[in-house]
Amino acid sequence: MAKAKGKVTFIEDRCKGCELCTTVCPVNIVVMNRDEINIKGYHPATVIEMDKCIGCANCAMICPDVVIKVEREIKK
Amino acid sequence: MAVVFDRTKGLTSKIFHYCPGCTHGVIHRLVAEVLEELDVLGKAVGVAPVGCSVFAYDYFNCDMHEAAHGRAPAVATGIKRVHPDSVVFTYQGDGDLASIGTAEIIHAAHRGEKITTIFVNNAIYGMTGGQMAPTTLIGQKATTAPYGRDAEHCGMPLKVSEMLSTIDGAKFVERVSVHNASNIRKTKKAIKKAFEIQLKGEGFGIVEILSTCPTNWGMTPLEGLKWLEENMLPYYPLGNFRTPGEVE
Repeated sequence: MAKAKGKVTFIEDRCKGCELCTTVCPVNIVVMNRDEINIKGYHPATVIEMDKCIGCANCAMICPDVVIKVEREIKK
Repeated sequence: MAVVFDRTKGLTSKIFHYCPGCTHGVIHRLVAEVLEELDVLGKAVGVAPVGCSVFAYDYFNCDMHEAAHGRAPAVATGIKRVHPDSVVFTYQGDGDLASIGTAEIIHAAHRGEKITTIFVNNAIYGMTGGQMAPTTLIGQKATTAPYGRDAEHCGMPLKVSEMLSTIDGAKFVERVSVHNASNIRKTKKAIKKAFEIQLKGEGFGIVEILSTCPTNWGMTPLEGLKWLEENMLPYYPLGNFRTPGEVE
């Protein structure tokens, strides 16, 4: 079965910490980074366990501030 | 790895001024993506409204024009008639379009102006501080309806899409929502269709997009999405009210 492998990049300084992206991830790897505060004063969203990412782009689709870039590779 | 999602060229690099979780950002991006995909950024002219999205001209990477409150369809009419080859769209909120701008939107639709209107309905006045809009739901609290909207006193919320779908000049009327990823994808399709109809010269197109206003609803962004789904969807049903095929 073909397996999709994804990679997401967050431009953390554009994030406003609204948490919308954390609700749509099918593999639940998008979380808020409570240890950091970005230039705007919010806890930015980030990804844990990037290996699990399937590159579905749901997070980028719902992000109101275009913080996220998504790349994807299909392995046969 | 192939890039499947990146910032569209249809947006400038400026950071949106919207509150955290405001879905205006999503809708801006969808419109910009559609303009880029249709390859019309060079000839697109947007008309910005008054309301939260008043600075839309800073965000769209195409020619933009600011209109007086509610008058975006009138300004767009002028632009489209002088430059028929341009792709003209208005971006309006519910306080702008459904209240002070009702006359303009109805008559732009009635004349069948070949423009596209993106109507963002979040059931409240955002920029001015959460006053009751014509689209505010029954029982919904607003600063000018502290006990909730009362139908006896203020009437029922205005269903703009249903109203415009009775007008012959309006060739494309669809209501969509942005409360989850699949609906956002559907919203993009509807916006694309509305622009294609303008490009074919068929007539007026409007996409009503249900949106959130977490700040003035007094909720977190996540509660806002849930509130939209549970309260707005039953009163404002999603779907297409009119497509060109039906009209003939």
